[in-house]
Amino acid sequence: MLGLIAKKLGMSQIYEDGKAIPVTILEAEPGIITQIKTKEKDGYNAIQVGFINTKESRLTKPVMEKLKKVGAPAKRVLKEFRIDNTNDYNLKDEVKISIFEEGETVDVIGNTKGKGFAGVMKRHNFAGGPDGHGSMFNRRVGSIGNCEFPGRVVKGRKMPGHYGDVRVTVKNLKVVRIDEEKNIIAIKGAVPGSKGEYVNIIKKGN
Amino acid sequence: MDKLKAFEEDVVKGYNKDLPELWPGDSVKVHTKVKEGNKERIQIFAGTVIRRRGGRGLNGTFTVRKESYGVGVEKIFPYLSSTVEKVEIIHRGKVRRARLYYLRDRRGKAAKIRKKGY
Repeated sequence: MLGLIAKKLGMSQIYEDGKAIPVTILEAEPGIITQIKTKEKDGYNAIQVGFINTKESRLTKPVMEKLKKVGAPAKRVLKEFRIDNTNDYNLKDEVKISIFEEGETVDVIGNTKGKGFAGVMKRHNFAGGPDGHGSMFNRRVGSIGNCEFPGRVVKGRKMPGHYGDVRVTVKNLKVVRIDEEKNIIAIKGAVPGSKGEYVNIIKKGN
Repeated sequence: MDKLKAFEEDVVKGYNKDLPELWPGDSVKVHTKVKEGNKERIQIFAGTVIRRRGGRGLNGTFTVRKESYGVGVEKIFPYLSSTVEKVEIIHRGKVRRARLYYLRDRRGKAAKIRKKGY
């Protein structure tokens, strides 16, 4: 499992075999390997990669000291990837967009756009009531249960509440195009979050 | 946002397409690739451009209308799709609006558009 942290730039379209394909354009700057964890030392095999450049002053001292020891620049996020064979990786190696290939499928993890306190139509796709003819049941919840039996509202009843801003994984999205020079990757379909948001692109399998 | 635009420009350049600028009222022949099983052939759709949309970039399309056996037919072609092989301009037309939807209510001579320069 290897991946990258990428910034969502927006959506566009690309033509493939004459057909227009909707794509999300993401910018993924190279990460740098900051630690290699091994079974003997840490109990499991993994690599730790630092992403997203930042100011030194924004990091806590322990983190910065650790990065300095490796010789890595200030990175905002340190992310670990479980990898069976860590022998192929060295400290300070770059993890670039070239780990992906055009045509392969990836998973994308990100936070969805927050919708605030949403009604039941938006949040749970209820049908709602009629709009006119004196209807007083326009976007309302409706009945939430019976009377004396069971005498309570069933757990898990769909009701209004906070919607969105949840971590979501979108599986099996196709990589349509990669620009290694510009660190840009185009993925078919939509990806959680708004423009400028960071998402994880995860390679399938090992 | 600019990085997105730069990427889009690269994509457009990669298609290496050089279709002529089309305007509403132009009489055109659109050569399209049609796949039949394993074979590919060129089909020509001849008519009048009644609309252009989205410029000549990734989202750009143009709509061509013609009358076929008494039935009006409209096709929307993306500028950059590889199915659009080439576009021949037969002649430019003189029109006074950007969207020639009024042609849909007209037939025969009434649906004729004056050539430019006459």
